[in-house]
Amino acid sequence: MRKIISILLLVIIASGITFSLVKIPFGISKTKVGNYYIEKGIEQTGATNIVNYRGFDTLGEITVLFIAAIGLGAVLRAGRKKKSERKIEPASLILYTGCKFLFPLILLFGAYIFIHGHLTPGGGFQGGAVIASAFLLIYLGCRERRINKTVTKVTDSLGGLIFVVTGLIGLAVGNYFLINFLPKGIPNLLFSAGIIPIIYIAIGFKVGSELAGIIDGLMEET
Amino acid sequence: MICYIGAFGLIFIGLFIILVKRNLIKVFIGLSILDTGVNLFLISVGYISKGTAPIFSKPGIETGRMVDPVPQALVLTAIVIGVAVLALALSLAIRLYHHYGTLNLRKIKEQRW
Repeated sequence: MRKIISILLLVIIASGITFSLVKIPFGISKTKVGNYYIEKGIEQTGATNIVNYRGFDTLGEITVLFIAAIGLGAVLRAGRKKKSERKIEPASLILYTGCKFLFPLILLFGAYIFIHGHLTPGGGFQGGAVIASAFLLIYLGCRERRINKTVTKVTDSLGGLIFVVTGLIGLAVGNYFLINFLPKGIPNLLFSAGIIPIIYIAIGFKVGSELAGIIDGLMEET
Repeated sequence: MICYIGAFGLIFIGLFIILVKRNLIKVFIGLSILDTGVNLFLISVGYISKGTAPIFSKPGIETGRMVDPVPQALVLTAIVIGVAVLALALSLAIRLYHHYGTLNLRKIKEQRW
């Protein structure tokens, strides 16, 4: 019964969407804003990755992630009676050695992604997620190892602080928040695009430590 | 066109899972699939036939065939928020399991509909 009602509901929604989408052409539409960004992107930001106009947007994103991490911590910690004492079975030697070998390589790859965020597809969030996946590998492979919570909290706060302070320096030097006050340099070089690489590195550290903290919280509880 | 069909296929699969399944973890999996479908739809709205990514990977690349960068930036945000929502939902599921001893939504009285 429930399935039939659900399928009926979905069919109604699908027919409505089909009627509304059938006149929109696919593959040619492009907004004015997108054209403007493509034309003026390089000379205005100095970064080859066009998506780099979104300073405010990124600030909002890290705020959302931060609130989610706080909420997760509050939900998991609140009213907990005792620590779950499940016996942890040690991993085999091959798994342990492999994880220990892969861990620094994955960290290096994540750092590469967020340092080159203004040149290639990627950026702070992607690099941070790769770094957090390295920590997840350690949690799954080398079972008894835990990350230091103080270190993740300090890194997390420092990353956010660097971002906001960079924006406030822009407010003090120029006219508005997050103005690109450093020299833009030549596009396609690593040291270009002003403050964008600094922000990306800060976001990389922040997101990496935050997601590692989320993983830590979830692993501790189960 | 095939992009739209795929995107809405994912969205409807996700909605169907959310409406029908009893296990809370499966409902979250459906939520994640729905999220992916919406992201795919947004990306394909900005697509241009035979387009390239909006990145000047080498000097003097032609700009006429670049796809719209605005939906891509939006989808980047949406992916992050999806991760945050999923993490929060999983933590709530852990608390529910500790409290009721089950993840079956039909057996939890307050969650029945």
